[in-house]
Amino acid sequence: MNIYVLMKRTFDTEEKIALSGGRINEDGAEFIINPYDEYAIEEAIQVRDANCGEVTVISVGNEEAEKQLRTALAMGADKAVLINTEDDVENGDQFTTAKILAEYLKDKEADLILGGNVAIDGGSGQVGPRVAELLRIPYVTTITKLEIDGSDVTVTRDVEGDSEIIETSLPLLVTAQQGLNEPRYPSLPGIMKAKKKPLEELELDDLDLDEDDVEAKTKTIEIYLPPKKEAGKVLSGELSDQVKELVNLLHTEAKVI
Amino acid sequence: MSRKVLVLGEVRDGSLRNVSFEAIAAAKTVAEGGEVVGVLAGEAVSALGAELISYGADRVVVVEDAKLSKYTSDGFSQALLAVIDQEQPEGLVFGHTALGKDLSPRIAAKLSSGLVSDATAVEAAGGNIVFTRPIYSGKAFEKKVVTDGLIFATVRPNNIAPLEKDESRSGEVSSLSVEIKDLRAIIKEVVRKAAEGVDLSEAKVVISGGRGVKSADGFKPLKELADVLGGAVGASRGACDAEYCDYSLQIGQTGKVVTPDLYIACGISGAIQHLAGMSNSKVIVAINKDPEANIFKVADYGIVGDLFEVVPMLTEEFKKLKVHQ
Repeated sequence: MNIYVLMKRTFDTEEKIALSGGRINEDGAEFIINPYDEYAIEEAIQVRDANCGEVTVISVGNEEAEKQLRTALAMGADKAVLINTEDDVENGDQFTTAKILAEYLKDKEADLILGGNVAIDGGSGQVGPRVAELLRIPYVTTITKLEIDGSDVTVTRDVEGDSEIIETSLPLLVTAQQGLNEPRYPSLPGIMKAKKKPLEELELDDLDLDEDDVEAKTKTIEIYLPPKKEAGKVLSGELSDQVKELVNLLHTEAKVI
Repeated sequence: MSRKVLVLGEVRDGSLRNVSFEAIAAAKTVAEGGEVVGVLAGEAVSALGAELISYGADRVVVVEDAKLSKYTSDGFSQALLAVIDQEQPEGLVFGHTALGKDLSPRIAAKLSSGLVSDATAVEAAGGNIVFTRPIYSGKAFEKKVVTDGLIFATVRPNNIAPLEKDESRSGEVSSLSVEIKDLRAIIKEVVRKAAEGVDLSEAKVVISGGRGVKSADGFKPLKELADVLGGAVGASRGACDAEYCDYSLQIGQTGKVVTPDLYIACGISGAIQHLAGMSNSKVIVAINKDPEANIFKVADYGIVGDLFEVVPMLTEEFKKLKVHQ
């Protein structure tokens, strides 16, 4: 089975966000594989182990993403592809990324494509479904279970807490929701092996795309931090009095009840 | 510049969701005086058209088909694209719900358009329509404009105020016949889990539990409090990882981001990942045994104490308050 995973390098969830020159300050920040993409990688490895085949992890970004791609290889992916847009794309958006990924994937005859349902930085959740539409294959988002039998696929999808059981078939794109699996940590032998696994680096030119083809349709005009929240009132006295005071405050001062 | 803007009216259990009325209000801003057209897709949904109009839609186009009885991206995209083809809109607004998140990128890809997802505010400023949206799960915000083509956005529930309902408003409800072709993904079964009660992302009140809740049973007092306040129950990652509750309840940087009027955090320490998911709530209450817990730093009101004592007392007090109202 020919399996691809779409992966994004993101800020560690532990990181605080600071601005410099109107942009997110990345200096000294820790980066990780987008946590939802980690579920996608784990699932891809499990599907391969059960069905044979090959897992290729793709990322669109700059050369820094090589580190996260190596981590994916250490987890057990077979190959990695970095589409380096650093020199060509200054301000891409989801249109840009999806177009590039679809252009890369269009002749790969992928049976299964997996990604996270959303990236924890940009938070748009667009790229997976966009890629599926560009490739004209079906997709199911926010999945919590994937069962493959030949080319028949049964997927469980999280829909605001309810579960839908969906029947579909390969080729298919799915996006991972929490609960899909428990991503493994790379083992030491895995890390050693990963160093020798193929990591291909491409640019737009290699995909016969130029900057205009992938020019963003949206533009960020300002980034700002939310107003810092002041610590509020910690109540004191008898617990029962505190509770009465709290209800009163919510009713008369905060006016939310 | 006035624009024609389509708004998808989202139907759940036979009723329109609030977020659709909020989307109409957003569409009015995008339209800058142009026409706002509601779109309904489903099976026997045309009766809901009048309600979209009472919330500000000028008219409504309905696509009805048995294949649209449940949402699928294949079915709904065919319906929506047919309406878009007929109406040729310059703007498009959906709710940022499970349905909106699933459908909007596909429509955007099909139309080669941009898409601003999860907008929490929209304004017309300096000749542009400017959307505000959270990034890094609310640790920062960005203002975004569409530079080319259709102005397409999804709006986060609970953030944009709907227009006042006016049942005297009138408008045309027309139907468009669309031949819905085969669906490539079929919903075999829907397992209801969280649907008893209020949807977490749309709830005005969220009562959330962390590791301090100690067990699945420990969520019971939280649920009772939520029921009294007409709210929903949420959880921290810690509580989900400990299997006290389903991951669908998780609030945080992974999980759901919520912005209710009132967020009551019970036995939650307040890790940065959790704060990302709830710190933009209007009023935050923290209940925790540990006075040093990080959650108190973002709380408007705090009670240092055992949630198993405090929460039932709160439930009783709110009951009394409700009786007096």
